[in-house]
Amino acid sequence: MALDRYARQRLFGWLARGAAALVVAVMLGVVAVTIYRGGRVFLTDPAIAVTPPGSRYMLEGDGGFLHAVLGSIFIVGPATVVSMVLAVSTAIYLQSDYSSERFADAVNMFLNVLWGTPPIVYGVFVLTVIIAVGAQTSLFFGIVAIAIFQYPIMTRYTDEALRSAPETVKEATYGLGATRFETALMTVRAALPGVVAGIVMGFARGIGDAATVLFTAGRSTNMPGGPFEPATTLPVLIFDQAMSFNAEVRSHAYAAAFVLIVAVLALIFASKLLAGRYARFAPGGRHS
Amino acid sequence: MTESTDTTLITDDLAVTYTGNRTVDAVEGVSLEFSANRLTAIIGPSGCGKSTLLKSLNRLHEIQPNVEITGDVRLNGESIYDTDEPTPEVRRRIGYVPQKPTPLPLSIYENVAYGLRIHGDYGSTEELDERVESYLRKVNLWDEVKDRLDAPGAELSTGQIQRLCLARSLAVEPDVLLCDEVTSALDPISAETVEETLADLKDEYTIVMVTHSMDQARRLADDVVFLYLGDVVEANDAESFFTNPQTERTKAFVGGSDTAASGATGGNERDDHAAAAGTDDADGARTDPVRAER
Repeated sequence: MALDRYARQRLFGWLARGAAALVVAVMLGVVAVTIYRGGRVFLTDPAIAVTPPGSRYMLEGDGGFLHAVLGSIFIVGPATVVSMVLAVSTAIYLQSDYSSERFADAVNMFLNVLWGTPPIVYGVFVLTVIIAVGAQTSLFFGIVAIAIFQYPIMTRYTDEALRSAPETVKEATYGLGATRFETALMTVRAALPGVVAGIVMGFARGIGDAATVLFTAGRSTNMPGGPFEPATTLPVLIFDQAMSFNAEVRSHAYAAAFVLIVAVLALIFASKLLAGRYARFAPGGRHS
Repeated sequence: MTESTDTTLITDDLAVTYTGNRTVDAVEGVSLEFSANRLTAIIGPSGCGKSTLLKSLNRLHEIQPNVEITGDVRLNGESIYDTDEPTPEVRRRIGYVPQKPTPLPLSIYENVAYGLRIHGDYGSTEELDERVESYLRKVNLWDEVKDRLDAPGAELSTGQIQRLCLARSLAVEPDVLLCDEVTSALDPISAETVEETLADLKDEYTIVMVTHSMDQARRLADDVVFLYLGDVVEANDAESFFTNPQTERTKAFVGGSDTAASGATGGNERDDHAAAAGTDDADGARTDPVRAER
């Protein structure tokens, strides 16, 4: 017998609530376990995050993992900046002022494909380039691989944000005698919360990704020596630590994961604050 | 139109066609004169090409894809289309105020200062302050915002925002101001304050205003252009237009509501129009109602 409409509504209501509760529970679980297990290790000895590794760190756990913390900063920082500049420029170019809709649609589809491409593929691609030019794996190629990985994510987010900015902002700005470039800057400003969200998302994905840097940065166990010297990042380190035979090194994996998740959460929180300040200025305002 | 010694803005057989999936002749061979320091209201039912005509007066339609334009627009005798002047300079002299009150994502002060900044049109910070104040005074907004110039423009009421938009447009010192149904999104009281501001401004500026409110045209306009399905039906000074309309369609439109007007014109002409839209419609020899009346 079919359910009546109100029973169906109740059923769907429970399904929806259940789905939402499940997702939230898993997310909280991931964060809680990382913070609990990692936090315990990290807080008993916070110095491990700022201590360079000893010569036998992976085997005996002497020293800390400052090399990966710095590696992450030196690789993902520049990659995010490069990717951000390219992504915002591309997204501006894909707006109707510069490109036809068909062209923009085609590029966006291509970017979606890139977005869906597994990061290990970027890693292999950059490795091919490294071999072709006869270079060695290094911090620099880690930056290249992460930037390529972040670019489609940031571009799609920025493009969507710019598209959702009111057309009237463009009209008003052009109506004042602004150039295309000035109008584009104003549109970015009007869409700033969305643009910032996209850049933060790209950063978070970049700092959390292991596959892209696995073969490109060199998986070094030493402090980063320079742009063309091998380096490593936290996700790769966590993998290496977790595979270690030494129990202490394995426990450090949780501490490193703790550092990583706290950094990402702090950044997301900070960007929300920043975007909130700008939301007041967005057309329509926050109050309306 | 009335005899005027220095007509500023002229359209010459201006036609605008949308060439998207379906070809639509939005404006068909319009020749008009907009006189200096007068307010011309373009009236007509919704979708008759009023906004398209307005935007083609400062090339603003060019920011949309798939728009074709023929004919010409001249400001003080110089073409704005056939010119080496960059388009932003054209739009600087012929300003545009959008229908929807749209603050730029900046503070109240910076909204007004923006035009001055992009055109590098001020000497010192003091001068900028002074000019921002003077434009805000011109639109009767200064007293309401002088204590919170750093607040976001978006936090004002819609009526205040629309006056802010006017001040922002005035700040680039245009010769002509194009206003696209600037009161249609406002409540009656805000609309009244904006109307009062426009009435004050028309002594100094040439204003072309699109409206679908007959009453508003009656209250504000010096000259009236009646546009119907992309054609000028009648253009005259406001008094003659309202007291002594020259065509049956104007009589119906002035006399009744918008729906009465489209009802009175009957279905046949709509069909004719639709048929013409599909064909080559760029015949410059089209009888122009404005010229015919002169």
